[in-house]
Amino acid sequence: MIPLYFLMVLALYGAFLYAPTEREMGEVQRIFYFHVGAAWNCFLAFFGVFLGGVGYLITRKQSWDHLAASCTEVGVVFTTIVLVTGPIWARPIWNTWWPWGDPRVMTTMVLWLIYVAYLMLRSSLPEGETKYKYCAVFGIIGFLDVPIVWFSIRWWRTIHPVVITSSGAELEPEMIHALFVAVIAMTVLCVTLVMLRMAMRLNSSMAEEVTDAVQRV
Amino acid sequence: MTYLFFGYLVIWTVLFFYLVFLARSQKRVNDKLKALSETLQQRD
Repeated sequence: MIPLYFLMVLALYGAFLYAPTEREMGEVQRIFYFHVGAAWNCFLAFFGVFLGGVGYLITRKQSWDHLAASCTEVGVVFTTIVLVTGPIWARPIWNTWWPWGDPRVMTTMVLWLIYVAYLMLRSSLPEGETKYKYCAVFGIIGFLDVPIVWFSIRWWRTIHPVVITSSGAELEPEMIHALFVAVIAMTVLCVTLVMLRMAMRLNSSMAEEVTDAVQRV
Repeated sequence: MTYLFFGYLVIWTVLFFYLVFLARSQKRVNDKLKALSETLQQRD
């Protein structure tokens, strides 16, 4: 946990003190460091859901389902951060809270809805192999939206900034450093949260199994 | 500056509520384990 706290403090120092103020956008641009960090980590978490789904369908081991379920929760948390910080930045810059026609914004909203639906599906089905199978398939299909979100700013006309291009990041070096540290800090946070949630799920299912076994004896 | 403040306020609030959710889940797991240990002690 200590490296995580250290990285978080370092990321906040980078975003607020180390990185220079953007000339046109001003102070509000500093939302960008954690907005991008959260966006990267929601992709990473949803990749974990995809991996968990494939792993479960191949091996039928419940631990893969625990990975997928934990990654979904954490991914939804990070996507919520992206969807709320984006409009807070957009209001003073684009003069609107929510640009309805923008492909990046709308595909991200769809991504959030897909995984909220995944969580609803999980909670509505009884425990068992059918639930894990349906959720694995849903998680794999849902992941198809991640590349669509990533490439939406390249495939369609958008007002969303394209910061990272094939030739690198179009930013001041200090801004790149601050962004890099923020992304690393958010990644460590994301992995820590997934590991904590997975450990809880494993302990809970083991406790249930042992309870059932004891009651049967 | 107000937008920046609210941006970061949202980030920490969302993370705080998720940590509260995790703490409650952990408490449920602990309760299950406690009940299990009590059941085993009664059997002994």
